[in-house]
Amino acid sequence: MSETTTDAGPVLAADGTPLKRSLHRALRMQKMRALALIAPLLLFVLLTFIAPIADMLFRSVENEIVAETLPDTVVALADWDATSDQPPGEQVFESLYFDLFLAAEAKQHTKLGTRLNYEQTGISSLFRTSGRKVDDIGEEFQDVIEDIDPTWKEGRFWYQMMSGSGGDALLDERRDRLSALTSNSMAGDIGFDLSAEIARLLPNTARAYSDFAIFTALADEDVVAEEDPWEAVYAALGVDLRDADTRAAIGAYSGNGAEALQNLAAAAGQLPDFTFREAFLDVDEDWGDLDNWRTMQVYSPRLTSGYFLNAVDMQKGLDGPIERPENQQIYMKLFERTLIMSLVITGSCILLGYPVAWILANLPARTANMLMILVLLPFWTSLLVRTSAWKVMLQQQGVINDVLVWLGLVADDSRLVMINNQFGTIVAMTHILLPFMILPLYSVMQTIPPTYLRAAKSLGATNWTAFWRVYFPQSVPGIGAGSILVFILSIGYYITPEIVGGTTGTFISNRIAYHISSSLNWGLAAALGTILLAVVLILYWAYDKIVGIDNVKLGG
Amino acid sequence: MKLTKTLLATAALTATAGAVIAADMADKMTIVSWGGAYSNSQLKAYHEPYMKMTGVEIINDESSAEAVAKLRAMNEAGNVTWDVVDVVASDALRLCDEGLAMEIDPDEHLAAAPDGTSAKDDFGDLLVGDCFIPQIVYSTTFGYRTDMVGDNPPDDICDVFDLEAYPGKRALEKRPINNVEWALLCDGVAKADVYDVLATEAGQERALAKLGTIKDQVIWWSAGADTPQLLADGEIVMGSTYNGRLFSVIEEQDQPVAMLWDAQVFDLDGWIIPTGLSDERLARALDYIRFATDTQRLADQAKYISYGPARKSSAPLVGKHAELGIDMAPHMPTDPNNAKNTFLYNYEFWADYRDDIDAKFQAWLAK
Repeated sequence: MSETTTDAGPVLAADGTPLKRSLHRALRMQKMRALALIAPLLLFVLLTFIAPIADMLFRSVENEIVAETLPDTVVALADWDATSDQPPGEQVFESLYFDLFLAAEAKQHTKLGTRLNYEQTGISSLFRTSGRKVDDIGEEFQDVIEDIDPTWKEGRFWYQMMSGSGGDALLDERRDRLSALTSNSMAGDIGFDLSAEIARLLPNTARAYSDFAIFTALADEDVVAEEDPWEAVYAALGVDLRDADTRAAIGAYSGNGAEALQNLAAAAGQLPDFTFREAFLDVDEDWGDLDNWRTMQVYSPRLTSGYFLNAVDMQKGLDGPIERPENQQIYMKLFERTLIMSLVITGSCILLGYPVAWILANLPARTANMLMILVLLPFWTSLLVRTSAWKVMLQQQGVINDVLVWLGLVADDSRLVMINNQFGTIVAMTHILLPFMILPLYSVMQTIPPTYLRAAKSLGATNWTAFWRVYFPQSVPGIGAGSILVFILSIGYYITPEIVGGTTGTFISNRIAYHISSSLNWGLAAALGTILLAVVLILYWAYDKIVGIDNVKLGG
Repeated sequence: MKLTKTLLATAALTATAGAVIAADMADKMTIVSWGGAYSNSQLKAYHEPYMKMTGVEIINDESSAEAVAKLRAMNEAGNVTWDVVDVVASDALRLCDEGLAMEIDPDEHLAAAPDGTSAKDDFGDLLVGDCFIPQIVYSTTFGYRTDMVGDNPPDDICDVFDLEAYPGKRALEKRPINNVEWALLCDGVAKADVYDVLATEAGQERALAKLGTIKDQVIWWSAGADTPQLLADGEIVMGSTYNGRLFSVIEEQDQPVAMLWDAQVFDLDGWIIPTGLSDERLARALDYIRFATDTQRLADQAKYISYGPARKSSAPLVGKHAELGIDMAPHMPTDPNNAKNTFLYNYEFWADYRDDIDAKFQAWLAK
């Protein structure tokens, strides 16, 4: 009986713990140790490879700048019917004024202009000039207000009027708004507490003054009480005073600055009565152009498919994606060209590399090693040097043409055009990528026993049959590995097509490079890059399905 | 997003650790420029005297061609390793727009002319942006092979489009800027109307159609060294490039090449100071800028390269080439004989239309 009980219980290890748990612990220790060993590499790959790629992928849809720079405008604009032929309402222009004023203070408006200019030509300068002139709109309010009562000129008076307690909620909201705009933290003491009473009485003024106070204290590092408020604060006061209810409420107000406020409310008739729409049309008539507003509305969400659409020659229309005009379509053509030319380059690498690898694999080791150095030699030469050398060889006054003319094969006035076109790119890239084909082929061929061929021949096969039925199938894994290497390398090639490709031999990567370093349209570059990555992964997957990735060998 | 930013920042920090340590020491600074003969002229005219005077070590970085992209990346990573950067004016405007370059007040930060004229007046119209400190005026213009044009050398920009009188290949820059202006000019548009026409869809097509008449005969270049090389090899009969490059082909390398100054396009090159420098680095950068853009220094640079100094007060001081001993004045793009018919790069227009026209231009090229 007792033996049966022991059998039913858990098996114990030497130290008395259940064997299962003990084994588990030992295994976990082993795993941890293995993980610790690869941790440096893992961290390295994560930091220098995965993180940048993830960041790049994200950039292709990221579009926060519009909502962060013009948050209130975006909200107000959402109600506008973009298909109508009427410009947006006054509320939109009013929000735009306060948003744009802040953006100009934080010097963010030109960034937004650059972003939107990718979608609608002309917005860049619209924002740049408006940012410069946006002060003028507020100044019209400021001049009148200061004329009515000079007390309003004093920064200290403003400070006393706005100060109080209980307005923390609004201040915190404005801090968040400003830190989203400037990408800097706006936490910290600003030496100003907003009066809740004023915030209720003059909502626009309280908002504008809070922005001013936070920005002055934290971004400019000045003392709020000693600075004169922005023009936008006067404009906000002017907007508040346009409301009859507010003017009535001011009559009953008795806090700081009550007298000056009541003077102002009494003279409210003198305040400028222009609409913000008129003011903006004065600044730049392009604010009346509905296409600019449509672009802003279409690109206001924080995530956008716009870059991807652009990358496949389409654009966001009012009712979904539409094709770009034909004279702007380029990317699909370039993707197609990149794929076709990469295939041609891979094919010519196989044609040229296979015999070389075969000879290398069948020569005695000593000679093979010597020849191997010749194959590897180009690896040790700079890529630029090799590409430039092809220029010297292929150009019309180059070595090959000179020889052909000297031999009399080509007339001097009809020299062959072999560079700055697809031919040049294919020749130069085949040469540069050839070692990537030869090396895997060679290492696979070395493992094919020569006795197989001899056996086939002794059984009556012709040379061709022996090669095609016996030798070639065994070298296929090498071809697969070489082709994948060459194809994937060539699909992302940049410098060689740039130098020898002219206009017909350039690849999609040349456009990606242009958008990264020249046009600064990183979102579009990211979308193009993402598509390229997806294409490579799909082709790899297809290769795995058709040939099987187990069939790829880089060596014995 | 925050995580990736931190990760990226760490990665960038590791990659540039060497440079950071170098720049943080008050006696070293990193100056970015274009390389080649141009950097050499700056080394001789600015860096060497400044190093001698102050004992500062100046590290040269030849990254100006990618300056905008690199500065943006550095700024995102929160680690700017450059102190002073040499860029063309259009890039300076973009850096200013992006908040990557510091605003400069010429009268506060730059030296006045020897006769007391304020820096603002001395630079005059060439102060095209709030962040940009002009250094030289250069021009994009044409050079041609004297042995390939017979007795009838080209003297008009429209000769570039005349395949009958001047058969052979031409080299043009692989971007629309300058090319479309020349095309319209030779398609009968008056100089004053070029940008009005170019702002319309029809005008853009008209320019591309005119370029289309020579498209088969054009080699498109993307590096300034391409055209001089193609001219020297006899690959092309004429080609556009920067005038300083042509000067060196003609005078220093003695090739059978001559200048076609007609309708040359003036552009400006100068300094910007990146935002986000520490106080001591900023002080050093400003000190260098004040020195390197004074009247004498700008005139000195013209001893080594044929670009015109950006200050009016420097012009009379331009002398002879330091090694060749030839008079530099006739080789300046601003010389009255060369500047009979000129264009000034329209910064405002291209800031707006660059992306749009470039997309059309590239699609047209790929056709």
